[in-house]
Amino acid sequence: MTSLSDYSWRRNTEGLGVWDHRGQVAVAGFGHSQIDRRWDGESMDRTVGAFSVQACQLAMEDAGVTADQIDGVICCDSHIAGPSGGTAGRWAPRPYLDPPYDSEWGLTLVNGEWLVNQLQLPNVKFAPSGVPAIGEMLGLASQAIADGRCTTCLVIYPTGNLEGRYRRGGENAEDHARGGRQWTVPWGNHGGNDFINAFPHQQYCHRYGGTHDDLAPFVVNQNRNGLMTPWGFNATHDIPQLTVEDYVSSRYILKPLRLWDCDRPVNASGAYLFTTAERARDMKQPPVYILNHNQHNAGTRSTQAVLDEIEAETDLLARMMFEGSGLSAGEVDIFNPYDGYSTMTQFWLEAFQWHGVKRGDAFPFYAGDIRVEGPHPFSSSGGNLGTGRLRTAMWTDSIEQLRGTAGSRQVTVRAETAVSGFGPPLGGGWIAFGKYPN
Amino acid sequence: MPKVIPVPNELSKPFWDAVNERRLVIRNCTSCDLLQYPPRETCGKCRTSENLEWKEVSGKGTISSAIVIEDGRLDRRRPDQPYNLALVHLDEDPGINFYSNLPGTPVDEVPIGAAVEVYFEEVAPGQLIHEWRVVS
Repeated sequence: MTSLSDYSWRRNTEGLGVWDHRGQVAVAGFGHSQIDRRWDGESMDRTVGAFSVQACQLAMEDAGVTADQIDGVICCDSHIAGPSGGTAGRWAPRPYLDPPYDSEWGLTLVNGEWLVNQLQLPNVKFAPSGVPAIGEMLGLASQAIADGRCTTCLVIYPTGNLEGRYRRGGENAEDHARGGRQWTVPWGNHGGNDFINAFPHQQYCHRYGGTHDDLAPFVVNQNRNGLMTPWGFNATHDIPQLTVEDYVSSRYILKPLRLWDCDRPVNASGAYLFTTAERARDMKQPPVYILNHNQHNAGTRSTQAVLDEIEAETDLLARMMFEGSGLSAGEVDIFNPYDGYSTMTQFWLEAFQWHGVKRGDAFPFYAGDIRVEGPHPFSSSGGNLGTGRLRTAMWTDSIEQLRGTAGSRQVTVRAETAVSGFGPPLGGGWIAFGKYPN
Repeated sequence: MPKVIPVPNELSKPFWDAVNERRLVIRNCTSCDLLQYPPRETCGKCRTSENLEWKEVSGKGTISSAIVIEDGRLDRRRPDQPYNLALVHLDEDPGINFYSNLPGTPVDEVPIGAAVEVYFEEVAPGQLIHEWRVVS
């Protein structure tokens, strides 16, 4: 398995024009595994590895392809909790188990090689290691198909979570702060998208007016959409519908960030089947075409990203996506931005000016009708807040909406184009989908 | 409970050495007249390291926003919860910002827009960090 060292597939600047392969790559299938809050350490049919195998099998079944047809496997091979995962992120130092669980692979991590072996895929020619997180990963898959590196590719995003408190322990249990952490940790910032966005969010409220609790309608609606997503954590675990009262009375994490502003880490996996548009037309489902992909990764000038930087970077990404897809703001029917913390989503909404929402307009927009049945079905996926920390809902919902198979989440407005993304928000990757290739 | 202790590396050692002398110094590109904090290997504008020097700054700043850490992940700081985490912008260049716990300022009473000044707090024998307090 070769490590991903060539990053020429990235489309990360303005001025590239409409994507050369617009409409020539398609998503032909998807699959979501069962989902647990955490792996119990005993049920070998519920490891993140077993769940990834399950997700791949469902994606192949959805597309109607067989194992011998798969010639690419692109699997994000880093743990979602990162180096500060602590006891929830790493099986060791506990003794490993019988193969295929004789290392972290399959227990807390999954990679292409491990999946090729478990799924017994005989014809895989492209299965790189070092695959980035889901936003960039789907761009990598799109470009790999477009460039002919593979033609029928499983694309997998595993999200492992073991017993123990997520991101407690590890480097967060240390008395010393090294590397980049020397500039943040002494004052209490352990790092993460919660901190990245908390300060710009406070500045946002100060600049445009409003309070943190103005996020309540959005968070409640995410929860509602999530309960209509059958494979998500909330829908499969009888999570009750969140109310505004529940939200505003929930405990603080990083005040004003509340418990229900944060997504819920889970143990699960999701998979997609990417292929050429030509092949997809002969598969089981109507193809959903890739109209564009973009990536970005901006730094901050100083210790902490501020609102001006966030707005400039999200504006840049939106411009790149419009340029590459050939769509204008008014032509994006379905919009599924990242919501791992509720405090970041308004930055994306306003950057894309979805349904005319401009800077400072998000809170009044949230207070309107954003239900899937209504005229402004924002984030129809329910996102991470409604389905768990899978980071797949944004993509799967766009695919389902364009197929017309979103069930009770199916929007009543036009659903011919969609934009989905994962970005925290100074970096990440985005995809524009089309019901039609042109 | 004491704060987490920073570990200087080759790049940051001059900064922490100055802090331990109760001075706040910032990396500055004399060619671009551009401050940078945290220090990096090259200037963010000209992308070279040739004209980077350490420059002592006033230690005066302004608070732009703040949060309260109620349930953080750092073991060493949990006994301190809840505590302020404010964002302080340097007066000489508001593009430069620092974190501060604003010792002495009660939780939920951080005065946004208020002036602050730097001071130095010992977090381990011989190791200081830069902290900020509201100027009354």
